[in-house]
Amino acid sequence: MPPPRHLWSGNEAVAHAAFDHGIGLASGYPGTPSTEILEVLGALGGPARWAPNEKVALEVGLGATFGGARALVTMKHVGLNVAADVLFTAAYTGVNGGLVVVSADDPGMASSQNEQDNRRYAVAAGVPMLEPRDAQDAYDLWGLALEISERWRLPVLLRMTTRVCHSRSVVVPRPRELPTAAPSFDHDIASRVMVPANARRAHQRLRERLRGIAEWAETAPIAFEHRGDRSLGLVTAGVSAMHAREAAPTASSLELLLTHPLPLARVARFVAEVDRAIVVEEGDPCLFEQLRAAGIEVAGRPEPFRFGELSVPRIRQLLAGDLTPDPEPPRGKPPELCKGCPHRSVFGIFAKHDLIVAGDIGCYTLAALPPLNAMDTCVCMGASIGVGLGLRHVLPPEQARRVVSVIGDSTFVHSGLTGLAEMVYNPPATGHVVVVVDNGTTAMTGQQEHPGTGRTLTHEPTSRISFEAVATAMGVARIAVVDPCADEDGFERTLLDLLASETTAVLIARRACLLAARRVREAERSKNSCSAGGGNP
Amino acid sequence: MTLVKVDVVIAGLGGQGVLKASDILAEAAFLAGHDVKKSEIHGMAQRGGSVHSDVRFGSCVLSPMITPGEADYLLVLEATEVEPHRHRLRPEGRLITPAALDPALLPSKRSLNVGILAVLARELTLPIAAWHAAIDRQLRPDLAGPNRELFTRVFRYPSLTGASS
Ligand SMILES: Cc1ncc(C[n+]2csc(CCOP(=O)(O)OP(=O)(O)O)c2C)c(N)n1
Ligand code: SF4
Repeated sequence: MPPPRHLWSGNEAVAHAAFDHGIGLASGYPGTPSTEILEVLGALGGPARWAPNEKVALEVGLGATFGGARALVTMKHVGLNVAADVLFTAAYTGVNGGLVVVSADDPGMASSQNEQDNRRYAVAAGVPMLEPRDAQDAYDLWGLALEISERWRLPVLLRMTTRVCHSRSVVVPRPRELPTAAPSFDHDIASRVMVPANARRAHQRLRERLRGIAEWAETAPIAFEHRGDRSLGLVTAGVSAMHAREAAPTASSLELLLTHPLPLARVARFVAEVDRAIVVEEGDPCLFEQLRAAGIEVAGRPEPFRFGELSVPRIRQLLAGDLTPDPEPPRGKPPELCKGCPHRSVFGIFAKHDLIVAGDIGCYTLAALPPLNAMDTCVCMGASIGVGLGLRHVLPPEQARRVVSVIGDSTFVHSGLTGLAEMVYNPPATGHVVVVVDNGTTAMTGQQEHPGTGRTLTHEPTSRISFEAVATAMGVARIAVVDPCADEDGFERTLLDLLASETTAVLIARRACLLAARRVREAERSKNSCSAGGGNP
Repeated sequence: MTLVKVDVVIAGLGGQGVLKASDILAEAAFLAGHDVKKSEIHGMAQRGGSVHSDVRFGSCVLSPMITPGEADYLLVLEATEVEPHRHRLRPEGRLITPAALDPALLPSKRSLNVGILAVLARELTLPIAAWHAAIDRQLRPDLAGPNRELFTRVFRYPSLTGASS
């Protein structure tokens, strides 16, 4: 019988690979283009859960591997900024069970606030990194990442990009034979307690491990070489390798799967065999800089190619030395808030009163676009509260009184709680109002649950965090909850009243996202019938 | 080896079933034994903005994205989306719009995506069994049956109106 063949996205391939390799725990926080990995794993019956944010996700994953289990942690590229504190020192502590961290980068910013290149993190933190070119690679490299992680006892970064995560292609799953051990704890204080004396030794150990991997990589199956015309050699990785082979079918190419640490001697040999070697990479010149620093004579690309995604026509241009900018593609219809979305009411009132709106990230960021134009700042998740407070502190009082911070419910749990602590601890002279737009879901990324919804990743009931209770416990002076659709006037009155009170306030605008509402109703119904039947089993 | 490759761009607005249509096409090509790649940008699809998806199939597909000016077919579910995507088509490529479909053939607007796939299917060589199996795999059981029937009806319709490029 021929081996089974599937049409999977890169994300589906990672989920299946994790499932097929005996994953003990998978955690993450939603973020395009990474979200479907945990959703698919959860649907397969795998141990997938949403964490409140990426830092916690990576901590939970690290703890699981200290206990000897295999762990997968997923996030979008900016999520790794949040989890970076964990990553850098996890490289020192090392792991017991394998730990694979998926960073889903978004060159071209299809749905992100920046196009940071997370390959820099692998170099900075000193963790091995693998980059799939398509869904088959995503499956295969998950297994290879696990093998590297368990052999050298380091967390491994699986760096994906939008076109790998969200492109479907043919996958033949071939799981690796990797012996598993049952989770169990062994004390190892010297390895896992990063006080300076231990950490100094740990840093030496990390660099030794990386040297070991680099040596292994010189002969290991971590690169594909296509021997074509010797006049041109392309050094490439990730989806760029696919574009490059199509753009220059006769060229020789070296397609790297392991891109940190680099098999430098192998690259040098390839480069020596061709007349002209060019690095074809999307984003920052990461490969180029490392190869040049090692004295390898490769050419890079002109600056314009740093921006946006690469593609077959752009690589043709790059190779032809053609720098004419791409014609702006005609613009399609921009997305907008759904008709009847509760965010429309809230931001309509902000606009009506010409408030200064320190905003945040979620569906509601669309309120910054015309016709509402009702958001003044949007930087990163959670920034609304700190930015709003900073504005309140320095603006003249007549302006300061008009500042509000607005944050979604999922974002509030992700990184709004510490902002609230700042508000209570250092209250501005004019007070401050934080509006939590609580639509009962993480709508932006496709309606995922979070700790404020009281349901798990697979929509099973669990404990729910009450935002009102949290704000009360933190010492916020005034707290109100209003449905901005059912009682739009009441919402407006309450908002103006809280702004005039000049104390610290949290106003919760609670109304379900239209798209999530049906799912929420179904979940509530099944929960009720469950408790009516005598409690949860 | 001769490279056979078909590049299809499907475009429309969020909520019209563009991504579902591209899933069905990719699955049909996959079930017919081709190499397939399908690529799109997710994220904003629910909120009524422009959505498009690229499907490429043949003996060997490398890049998941179709080069502008090289698509063989452009399927557009909403007339206003023709202009933003026309540049994706190669000069002799075929544009297929809802005008290609006799409205009497469509039970509802929601089945436009499957109807227009059937118009495309008339021009491709994928076996109808692969299309049917793809519809069964990609649609909820209660929708698969009616959509399979609709597909067959359009596929076998003697002559379609206005199917011009
Ligand atoms: C660090 C980080 N992680 C994840 C994301 C992706 N992301 C942006 S906003 C958001 C949450 C949106 O949910 P919510 O705050 O409830 O607002 P809604 O979309 O429901 O209106 C997510 C997951 C991000 N931009 N940054
Ligand atoms: S998905 Fe929900 S939160 Fe987002 S715009 Fe639509 S109704 Fe509003």
